[in-house]
Amino acid sequence: MAFWDYANPTRFLKLVQVVLPWLTGLCVVAFAAGLYMSFFVAPEDYQQGQTVRIMYIHVPAAWLSMMCYSIMAVSSLGTLVWKHPLADVSAKTAAPIGAAFTFMALVTGSLWGKPMWGTYWVWDARLTSVLVLLIMYLGLMTLWRTMDDPIKAGKAAAVLTLAGALNLPVIKFSVDWWNTLHQPASVMRLDGPTIHPDILWPLLVMAVAFTLLFFVLHLMAMRNEILRRRVRTLRLRAASAAHPRSAVATAQPAE
Amino acid sequence: MDLGPHAGFILASYGLCLLTVLVLIAWIRIDKAGQEKALRELAEQGVSRRRPEDGGR
Repeated sequence: MAFWDYANPTRFLKLVQVVLPWLTGLCVVAFAAGLYMSFFVAPEDYQQGQTVRIMYIHVPAAWLSMMCYSIMAVSSLGTLVWKHPLADVSAKTAAPIGAAFTFMALVTGSLWGKPMWGTYWVWDARLTSVLVLLIMYLGLMTLWRTMDDPIKAGKAAAVLTLAGALNLPVIKFSVDWWNTLHQPASVMRLDGPTIHPDILWPLLVMAVAFTLLFFVLHLMAMRNEILRRRVRTLRLRAASAAHPRSAVATAQPAE
Repeated sequence: MDLGPHAGFILASYGLCLLTVLVLIAWIRIDKAGQEKALRELAEQGVSRRRPEDGGR
């Protein structure tokens, strides 16, 4: 069976049923290993002391906030260009998860900033662009909720998502383009990471755990969205059978 | 283990992340239960995904 065959929602649901328990198990193992390494293996940082442990959740959450939006942007292309049946299901369901990871990145960054910078918040380019990302997630979630027809909502949201993708390079390179209080990249650099392996490894294991968590939640949310669309279709069909002329006007919205 | 003078910030960070993830999981599970209930109710009313020509309503 080709990958493209999973565009069929029924086949996709069967795949989710098989993959989800394994993915969940892997996610739990990765978090157990990552948290153990973060608290019991990784040393204190010579400057940050114990607060370096906040980095083991802050950095993966920040990475996931951007990865999630990237997935939404690719899904939006799938909606607009290829009209893939699952593309806007993927984009719609990734938004709340992305918002949650962005919220985590902002809050943990704030809680790290107070003892290290002396303030919870500064309007520097990195922090502000990530706040813009959170606002975009919330805006997209609102857009999906304001339109009854999921197909029309998906198209409108896809255009907005692709326009908002311009913010991703701004977030990534903000620390290079402007003078920011936020430190420059120390892992994803052309000349390799500048972090000591004792701190880098727990960070990478936590990043894997966060990524697995994202995929578990995304698959679960996609399954719900497919069921929601089935419910909507069935309600429309029932209304159409009961009142053929007024069915469309009285049918309940998708959500 | 001793988390030093900033233990409150560290524990608050991990606590808030855990809470956020738990809220997400709960929201997804409640949503799933709601959709499955709606599908069951529709099936009980005889509304199925099969077309009338296939024998469904």
